[in-house]
This record gives sequence, structure tokens and C-alpha cells, in this order.
Amino acid sequence: MSKITIRDAIPSDLEAIIALDRTPNEDKTGYWQGIFQHYVVAGRPDRVFLVAQEGKSLLGFIIGEVRAWEFGSPPCGWVFALRVSHTTREGGIGTRMFTEICERLKKAGVDTVRTMVDIDNKLTLSFFRGMGLRTGRYVELEKRID
Amino acid sequence: MKLNKASLFALISVLELARDPERQLSTSDIADKYGISSHHLAKVMRNLVHQGVVQAMRGVGGGYRFAGNVNRTTLLDIIQLFETLESELDLPHWNKAAEPVVSELHSVTSEIDTVTRAILDTVTLATVLKNTRATGEGAAEASPPGRISKAAAG
Repeated sequence: MSKITIRDAIPSDLEAIIALDRTPNEDKTGYWQGIFQHYVVAGRPDRVFLVAQEGKSLLGFIIGEVRAWEFGSPPCGWVFALRVSHTTREGGIGTRMFTEICERLKKAGVDTVRTMVDIDNKLTLSFFRGMGLRTGRYVELEKRID
Repeated sequence: MKLNKASLFALISVLELARDPERQLSTSDIADKYGISSHHLAKVMRNLVHQGVVQAMRGVGGGYRFAGNVNRTTLLDIIQLFETLESELDLPHWNKAAEPVVSELHSVTSEIDTVTRAILDTVTLATVLKNTRATGEGAAEASPPGRISKAAAG
């Protein structure tokens, strides 16, 4: 594997990110355009959008930001998106991106990072466990509204 | 939650062996280090061999070796070889009037079981070993072998 770099996303990454996140029967183009406006174009240090690049290929991305007083919480980092290309998993790319985003969030002034993962998503849950995350102080609750 | 003794002994043994998959340890090696029953541990090891989690090495200096993948094996994979984790409501003879209450209690314990399983099923042996090293395994090794608490040992 040649050298992989972790860098800030730039506007021209949009198509590659959409391709990385593509799933059958879902068009997320509008979602990603909004995300790029908020996290890339705005260029704020408390909003972090990182990509992993090898040569001309993007192999993964991670997105997070500092949020304050949601659910009564003091400022903390939230990582809400993470993806690594299927073909390059278990190569340490996710670990490098997560380590880097934690550094960025720490510089932005927080000492805790949180995320939320579907309870059936064992792969991602195992990854975050491996990164040292544990069940936190907040419990997610939900109800179907019929 | 309270793990039964077999599950706990299995976790201890597998983690001890998985620390160095090339190393062979006997039942006595593990039992002595953790201060647990060698006799009970031998039964647990037989089950782990049967399930393919560890490999029995014969001959002089034989023992057991970890035979799995630390990145793929979770705590739940080991525990469910020895017990189920479903909560039980010990009310065998309730009458019809109790059904709504029992149903709601089942719902609550089911929530708890789901979260418990999700945690145990996503903590890999690799993660436990990594955290163990991070919290000062070296210091623990320098100390005399201790006994696990009676309560934990069941």
C-alpha cells in the first residue's frame, strides 16, 4: 500500500465522497451538498471533515464537530460519520482518521468525544470500542409515533 | 449482570492465551496465576478445545494455545459457549391478572438484555488486551499472584 494521507476535505472531493457513501436505492446528493457547505466551505476549526487519500483515490472520511448544550451537555466533540472503503478495511485508515479528528476536536477546546451507532452495526461499534469509547452518560430513547 | 464461574474462567483463560498466541500454557499455569480451581478450569478448557477456541498441544511441555482471531472474537462469543444471557422472570404460576405487569417487565428486561448483548458482542479480545496493557498490565505482573474475589468466582 502506498502512502496514505489524512487531510481536510476540499470542495472538489464532493463527488468522491458521494461515491464512497453510495448505497442502492438512496440518493444522498442533496445531503452531501449541505454537509459540504456546513463542514468544508465554512472552514471553521470546530467543524472537522477529514478524508483519507492514497494517490488520487479517496479511501475514507470522518466528520465531526463541537456541539454545546445539546441534551444539557457542556461542549463536547461529536463524530457523526465515518466510512472506509470496503477494499481497504483493517489497514488502519479508520484509526488514523479517528486519531486525527480527536486531535482537531481537542484543539477546538473539548475533552470528550461522543458518537452514536446503530445497535446492529457490529463493525462500527467494535471499531469505536477499539478506539476506547465506552457507553456514555446519555441514554438514547425512542418511540414509534403511529 | 453476574457471569457464571465457567464463563469467567473461560474469559480469563482465553485472554491469557490470546496475549501471546505462540505461547503454550497448561491448566495449572493459568489456575495458579489467577488463583482459581484447576479442576474446574480443566473442564472449561475441554469445552474451549471442543469449540475450537483453543488448541490442545500434546507431549512434553504441552498445553493450550489460542486458536482464534483476537480481532474477530468477542466476549459474547466466549460467554455464550457456557451460558445464555437472557433475563428470566421467575414467576411460573402467575394468573391472568398478572399478565400485563409480567409483559411489561419482560419488555424492560428485554431492553436490558439487548444492550448487554450489544456491548459484549462488540468488545473484541483485541480491545480487552489493548485496554489491559493500557491500564498497567506490567505493574500487575510484578505483583504476587492474587485470587479473584469469592463473589466474582461464584
